[in-house]
Amino acid sequence: MQIPAPFDYARATSIDDAVALLTRYGEDARVIAGGHSLLPMMKLRLARPEWLIDINGVTDLAYIRREGDVLRVGALTRHRELLESDEVAQLFPIIVDAEKVVADPVVRNRGTIGGSLCQADPAEDLSTVCTVLDAQAVVRGPDGERVIGMDEFHVGPYETALDFNEVLVEVRLPIRARTSNAYEKVERRIGDWAVAAAGAAVTLAPDGTIEDVAIGATAVGRSDRLAEAEGLLRGQTVTEALLEHVAKTVSDAVDPVGDQRGSEAYKRHLAGELTQRVVRRAIARVQGQEG
Amino acid sequence: MQVTMTVNGEEVERDIEPRVLLVHFLRDDLGLTGTHWGCDTSNCGACVVQIDGEPVKSCTTLAVMADGCHVRTVEGLAENGSLDPVQQGFMEEHGLQCGFCTPGMMLTARALLDENPDPSETEIREAISGQLCRCTGYATIVRAVRWAAEHPAGAAAEAAPEGEKEAAEL
Repeated sequence: MQIPAPFDYARATSIDDAVALLTRYGEDARVIAGGHSLLPMMKLRLARPEWLIDINGVTDLAYIRREGDVLRVGALTRHRELLESDEVAQLFPIIVDAEKVVADPVVRNRGTIGGSLCQADPAEDLSTVCTVLDAQAVVRGPDGERVIGMDEFHVGPYETALDFNEVLVEVRLPIRARTSNAYEKVERRIGDWAVAAAGAAVTLAPDGTIEDVAIGATAVGRSDRLAEAEGLLRGQTVTEALLEHVAKTVSDAVDPVGDQRGSEAYKRHLAGELTQRVVRRAIARVQGQEG
Repeated sequence: MQVTMTVNGEEVERDIEPRVLLVHFLRDDLGLTGTHWGCDTSNCGACVVQIDGEPVKSCTTLAVMADGCHVRTVEGLAENGSLDPVQQGFMEEHGLQCGFCTPGMMLTARALLDENPDPSETEIREAISGQLCRCTGYATIVRAVRWAAEHPAGAAAEAAPEGEKEAAEL
């Protein structure tokens, strides 16, 4: 039987209350939302927080709201809510692509976007999605809010830029014209972590060339954008030959570790192949050829 | 820590450690052993119960997180002595072999049908995709859920026309 080590538990009544509780209980306190990443780690005793601060009652952190050129997503928004939002599907089809393969439907009832990002698992789909979308993380601490980019947010595997008494409260996704995006993952079975996955966002210039592009990969040792491959595409008209070049570049640029999910060579191959597919799909979506 | 929740329509109150998982609270504290405890890693879905109408994996939920919520387990499916149409469907279509995954499958199926009373086979398979049947009896589980969809009032309330539908499906 897997049971977490003993801990004390407090329910936050507001985001300020959560910050105050974290400040009071110090480094050994952790925020819990859906719990579907943290509790398995606590059951395996890989995580042993002394205090859990439950933010599930802070329901004003659950929202999807467009304001001008930004989609604001509250950190407590469940995966299911993202998957079922028409606005999200229309503005960011990459999120729907990814949410369909985040765990399974029952887990998606509980898990949150904030929890996914704060877990900072190298195989986390939404981390790649937010990186590719150039998202900004709004973080609340005792001294107020700060806004940081995903490159700064992710410090390393299972490590974020959040201080012990800071809480991720919102993810801001910039909305851009003539832009679309896509995500594709290979997994062994539903609910498993990615063997590998890739995401891309593409902005087309009025003449059909690539004005801007962002590429990211999941579970292959790179949490940053794949600038090497992006540079090949920017300003170009996409051809199959160019996409193959991009794929080769991505395969070389990633740094996967062979494990029971696949060999290093297979993961490199997947990263390249999936990048081609998502770039192609993102372009088709900008051109209105694919939903 | 004091928790109060409504389980299958009855309010329960207990003093528990915060680390007690909902599956163990239901089984050990309340004696509701119909909720099965399986993989312990949120993969298999044997432990699925409904919290406020939504299926969740109770091995990956703290009991204290269900404080103030409505929890429904397999023991709460039958109402006024008659089986839920989902339970009848599992009987009619041989939706279980060993029965270990059955309570979780039925709670997910009930939630699906409450939201989407006429799901396609694809939608049913998607809904139960986070749950494992170790007997690999998925085809009959899907048929059981379809049976429930076609008999929303259960077997007793209807009689004639369903025979044809079942024949068409087979």
